[in-house]
Amino acid sequence: MESPFSLKGKVALITGSTRGIGWACARLLAQHGATVLLNGQANLALLEVRVAEIKSTFHTEADGFAFDVGSPDAVRECYAAIFKKYKRLDVLVNNAGVLDESLLAMISPQSLQHTFHVNVQGVVLNMQYASRLMARNGSGTIINLSSILGRMGNAGTVVYAGSKAAVIGITLSAAKELAPAGIRVNAVAPGFIDTDMTRRLAPEKHREKLASIGMKRIGTPEDVARVILFFASDLSSYVTGQVLGVDGGMLV
Amino acid sequence: MTNLEKLRQAFSEGLGMEISGVTDDLQYGNPGWDSVGHMALVAAIERAFDIMMETDDVIGLSSFARAKEILSKHGIAFQS
Repeated sequence: MESPFSLKGKVALITGSTRGIGWACARLLAQHGATVLLNGQANLALLEVRVAEIKSTFHTEADGFAFDVGSPDAVRECYAAIFKKYKRLDVLVNNAGVLDESLLAMISPQSLQHTFHVNVQGVVLNMQYASRLMARNGSGTIINLSSILGRMGNAGTVVYAGSKAAVIGITLSAAKELAPAGIRVNAVAPGFIDTDMTRRLAPEKHREKLASIGMKRIGTPEDVARVILFFASDLSSYVTGQVLGVDGGMLV
Repeated sequence: MTNLEKLRQAFSEGLGMEISGVTDDLQYGNPGWDSVGHMALVAAIERAFDIMMETDDVIGLSSFARAKEILSKHGIAFQS
């Protein structure tokens, strides 16, 4: 009997997937048989290496798409290329994101604009094109990465938390809009996860965050990836419009 | 099947209306063609002609006549 997690024959695009949560997610979806389309923008050499790693480790098809997730032209070109080559898209994981911590008075217009460009505009643009490819087959699943900060907020994260709260609103609305087309839309709200993003924190801040987690350990990218796999697979076939925290009982 | 017939079929399928209702003067906002039906219509046209429209064209797809113009950009010809 085929595993209920099986993604054989499915094509999945994961934005921001050369490192951290995105990379863990790409590996897990590939392990379950999906054709994995990776995305990165800053480090093209790393993107190529990651594609090769997926192919050699999981013996599944993989491809790399280097583009700015918040650029309308770049997104259009990427989806045109996906359509041309694969003719379908079954799973979109909107993972690409940026975090720029600043106190309210110190937020630069550039930081505000860039954060919303990637974290919000990037999500909407990718959903626009992905949902159209999915609508052709009358099925698909979109997983957006929010954050515990988008639900709870925290000092110094006005812009980031705002962008991640926007992701929740986008998810809830799109879930309602796309349900008749057979497309599910859910969000994952990670807590404190061990990634490059959180490793940049000062040691005392790191300790403080760890102390606020009920399970007393930092989350791993794989912890988040497993929940993404649940939303990507048929195990969640009747689940849409949900925001699932992956935070080990963290209090903010 | 001609391209015109294919387009009529796609409208009928996408908007869930009788093919006799798909006329040259059919426009967005007419009964059966609302914002919900629009997405199904786009999917039906793209599937029928094996193309992917740009967002501007999805927004600009406001009538049966306009659909023909948009498709002509993808090299799909309609006999007049």
